Amino acid sequence: MVKATRITNDIRRLRFAAGELTQADLAARVGVTRQTIIAIEQGRYSPSLEVAFQIARVFGVPLDDVFHYPRSEGDTP
Amino acid sequence: MSVSEKRAWIMVVVATVAYGAYVAMVLGQGVGRPLATVSYQWTLVWSVGGAIGASILLDILSSLFAPRSAAEKDQRDREINRLGEYIGQSFLVIGAVTALILALLSFAPFWIANAIYLGFVLSAVVGSVAKIIAYRRGFQTW
Repeated sequence: MVKATRITNDIRRLRFAAGELTQADLAARVGVTRQTIIAIEQGRYSPSLEVAFQIARVFGVPLDDVFHYPRSEGDTP
Repeated sequence: MSVSEKRAWIMVVVATVAYGAYVAMVLGQGVGRPLATVSYQWTLVWSVGGAIGASILLDILSSLFAPRSAAEKDQRDREINRLGEYIGQSFLVIGAVTALILALLSFAPFWIANAIYLGFVLSAVVGSVAKIIAYRRGFQTW
């Protein structure tokens, strides 16, 4: 029923680089629940473009430093 | 676990138990005679009423003991809820169409009422299972 997303992300690494920002803190700053941040981090949920931009803004990096998409079918991001 | 996910679990359990009890009671009364002659009306009313009452009560209890953060809802919760309702609604339509066909074919009210009730139960159970899967296994917006 649920097709896995091909979008990957570096949220875990970016949280670590931002001084071990917790999932709860990131969730509060983006305005979503902690469960949603966990689901995004684990690739179980693709956020809306707006939430994706908000996450990138928290880390102060461009969107494609946070989220990656493979160039073609066989590629890894 | 968020309150929305708990609500889906409550709905699955309550709807299944209430319908299971109803079927067991009706089948128990129907031993040795045609099912359509069974006095099912009050059993059905109590089953539906009991399920509504139990789900409200369990909902309140689970909210009381949940941390405040669990009650928060966001875009993902709303999207998962919409998906579950969309899937569940198709069973409601199937139940209604089945009841319409049974009425057109002059079946006994027993079968018409039970087709509608089964549609309600399947709608609640399948819709809630879809929500639980979306929470547990993942959910993509496309």
